[in-house]
Amino acid sequence: MVDQNYSTNQTEKDLFYKEKKKEEMKHQVVTFAMMIIFTLIAFGIVMADVSKMFTIPIIIVLAIVQVGFQFFYFMHMSNEGHTWPVTMIFSGIFAAFLTVLALTTIVWWG
Amino acid sequence: MADELLKSTNLPHDPERATLEGKNKFLGFWFFLGGETVLFASLFGTYLALKNSHLDGVPASELFGLGLVFIMTMILLTSSLTSVYAMYHMKNNAPKKMMLWLGITVLLGLSFLGLEIYEFNHYVNDYGHGFTTSAFSSAFYALVGFHGAHVAFGLGWFILLMVRNWKRGINLYNAPKFYIASLYWHFIDVVWVFIFTVVYLMGVVG
Repeated sequence: MVDQNYSTNQTEKDLFYKEKKKEEMKHQVVTFAMMIIFTLIAFGIVMADVSKMFTIPIIIVLAIVQVGFQFFYFMHMSNEGHTWPVTMIFSGIFAAFLTVLALTTIVWWG
Repeated sequence: MADELLKSTNLPHDPERATLEGKNKFLGFWFFLGGETVLFASLFGTYLALKNSHLDGVPASELFGLGLVFIMTMILLTSSLTSVYAMYHMKNNAPKKMMLWLGITVLLGLSFLGLEIYEFNHYVNDYGHGFTTSAFSSAFYALVGFHGAHVAFGLGWFILLMVRNWKRGINLYNAPKFYIASLYWHFIDVVWVFIFTVVYLMGVVG
């Protein structure tokens, strides 16, 4: 009796995780499609040869969104148990932002 | 006992984080990726600061062609998806399918690397754009070359893992290894997204 209970629980659990993995896979395929679309838009805008002031901010925003998708879905940062990875990556991004800011503004003194 | 458990092919639903070693690898690797972010940021910052200092050499807007970069981008994005498939099969305990998708990922990575070598060779021989030509060329090769070196390292990593675990199946001992190698591969793709945007697209725009 106990054994039977255990095994039904186990099958239900397995089914639950199988379903969950499938769901996750769907999100990842959608992520991939979005990444391809963002890339096409970025290349498209550059090829359309519109104003530089318009193009550069848009392609940078597209890159940031695309990377967000990659981190949260391809690298599973949206799953549970990822508090530390999120903390570490965002600390890295914060330091990265300061680094790029410092290096790009320092040339103005030259 | 512990050894039997590690080698068992009856896997829990998150095999990459089921052991203490797996958890440590997972955390340590994300810590490393945070550091890599800053490392690449310093190279991006340097490139952005120096990209207009091309001396007598060719400026970015005349050097870069979008066709090749587009193909390279598509190859690397697709390889990121194929490694996601590999991890999906790892979690479902299907080692053969995982190896197949890892193999596809490696082939895509190799073609990316081949195209990059062709590209650099083209710049050096047809445009005289060498590593020491100008501040722009040094910053360019340092950034893009460093990324290329990461791709080469990632490929070596995947190949070693595949050869070593070819007949072993998936267990609690090697699942974390596959998982962090795939995290590394995704991170390479993340960096490339910024390279094609900041270096190539912004270079063409001027």
